[in-house]
Amino acid sequence: MAFELELISPIEVAKDVALAVQEYTLLSAQSLANFFRPPLYMGDMLQQADLIGVGSLPIVVLTGLSVGALLALNSASTLEQFGGISLIGRLVSIGMVTELGPLITGLMVAGRNASGMASELGSMIVTEQIDAMRALGTDPTKKLVTPRIGATAFMLFFLTIIADLLGLIGGYAVAHLLFGVDTQQYWTTVWQILVFRDVFTGLIKPVLFGFIISTVGCYYGMSTRGGTQGVGRSTTQAVVASSVLILVVDFFVTKLIFAIFGYR
Amino acid sequence: MSAPTLPIESPAALVANPSGYAIEFDNVSIAFDEKVVLDRISFRLPHGETKAVFGVAGSGKSTLLKLAIGLLRPDSGRIYVLGEEITHMSEQELFELRRRVGIVFQESALFDSLKVYENVAFRLMQEGISSAEIERRVREALRFVELERTYDMYPSELSGGMRRRVAIARAIITEPEVLLYDSPTGGLDPVTSNTIVELIVKQRDVYKTSALMVTHRLQDAFTMATHYFDKATNKMVALPKGQHCEVPLSFLILRDGKVIFDGDAHQLATSRDEYIREYIS
Repeated sequence: MAFELELISPIEVAKDVALAVQEYTLLSAQSLANFFRPPLYMGDMLQQADLIGVGSLPIVVLTGLSVGALLALNSASTLEQFGGISLIGRLVSIGMVTELGPLITGLMVAGRNASGMASELGSMIVTEQIDAMRALGTDPTKKLVTPRIGATAFMLFFLTIIADLLGLIGGYAVAHLLFGVDTQQYWTTVWQILVFRDVFTGLIKPVLFGFIISTVGCYYGMSTRGGTQGVGRSTTQAVVASSVLILVVDFFVTKLIFAIFGYR
Repeated sequence: MSAPTLPIESPAALVANPSGYAIEFDNVSIAFDEKVVLDRISFRLPHGETKAVFGVAGSGKSTLLKLAIGLLRPDSGRIYVLGEEITHMSEQELFELRRRVGIVFQESALFDSLKVYENVAFRLMQEGISSAEIERRVREALRFVELERTYDMYPSELSGGMRRRVAIARAIITEPEVLLYDSPTGGLDPVTSNTIVELIVKQRDVYKTSALMVTHRLQDAFTMATHYFDKATNKMVALPKGQHCEVPLSFLILRDGKVIFDGDAHQLATSRDEYIREYIS
């Protein structure tokens, strides 16, 4: 039995990508517009906030704590060589609040919730539940997508604050217990180094990441084709695409903020 | 060999009185990935009539139902539902129209994360009706399908036949003027199938609801042609032999995306078309 490898035309691939970007943009725009068009499904939004926010809390607490501790551990030896161990609080503070807190929280929530959204909505597509919803006079983007966007952006904001705080606590634990940094000195440097720009950067990112996670998860879920195998494929694609997009957007947002506020 | 097309009325004649029928298809075509699924389909469903739609797997029966409720849009042609042309309606306008149309999906399509009463009440909940009124109507609809005891259960706890009956309850709760059934007895045992057919006949004879019913099972349609629902005994009973086919039931057969038969049970039984004779034998 002979197998033939079918070559896919680059033009076809480009067309598919352009179509996917167009559909994703339309879904995102429509879902955002739904915030201003009643009915707003507050019950569904609260339910999603509980699932996404409270449900992700343990993993965010653990990662925040360990990333802060690891950041302190890895930088302490270098700082010690130059006699700058007292600056460890500054390093952990800037690293966690502006970059690692939002990024790690975003990636964790993407892994947990973008996949959840894609598989849940994908299953609803293949079992005709989305069609049934439309047939029953309800707009699925209003009922399913918009509440997920609102809940993810809102909850990621607070999850990031929690991750930042726990990262600083993790850093403190390492700095104080292993390197003997004074408690007051650590927290004073943590506090003093932060300026408005850092806090703004650290809090604008989770809102954008929340939007990316939910829209990508919902997009892959709503465009699922091909039964249970299709659901699996959508789930994987949602995690990969949202994680990559978070990293790309993170870079450009950081660059933009530097351009607006100037380098430190 | 392509399927022969029956001589049916010209599209102009169909458009002349667009509001006179529950559903009208006027030269409707649709293709997926260049595969033509329905090719210039035209038929009419009068008010109060049930039309059984037959055809082999992949002949476009389910597509036809999805077109009729606006879940799919045709590539060409026009579709009228309850006198309104839905072909170019926006999704928002379709939501309004769908309040008057119910659909039972092939695999029931119940919301698996919601309980039975939430499934049945779904549309009413979106309309902001009081909870007391919702409960009364949900219980009434579940009583109609004889499943009131499943009120608090999840769809996963029900058998296939029970899920199908809950789907019927969900479709009829707003007392729609048109019902669309997609293989309502598919994959069910004969006893359960008969229960479903009885519910469809009850809806037809008691509530005079117009319906399109896609099915593979010819025997279901013949049961519907030879029985009526007796309100006094609350049962489906056989018509006397001479009165067979005197119920509002017609047949539509699709082949290769075209309508090859559109008529009543008597016309179907006396058809000389070889394919149809083989199909009904």
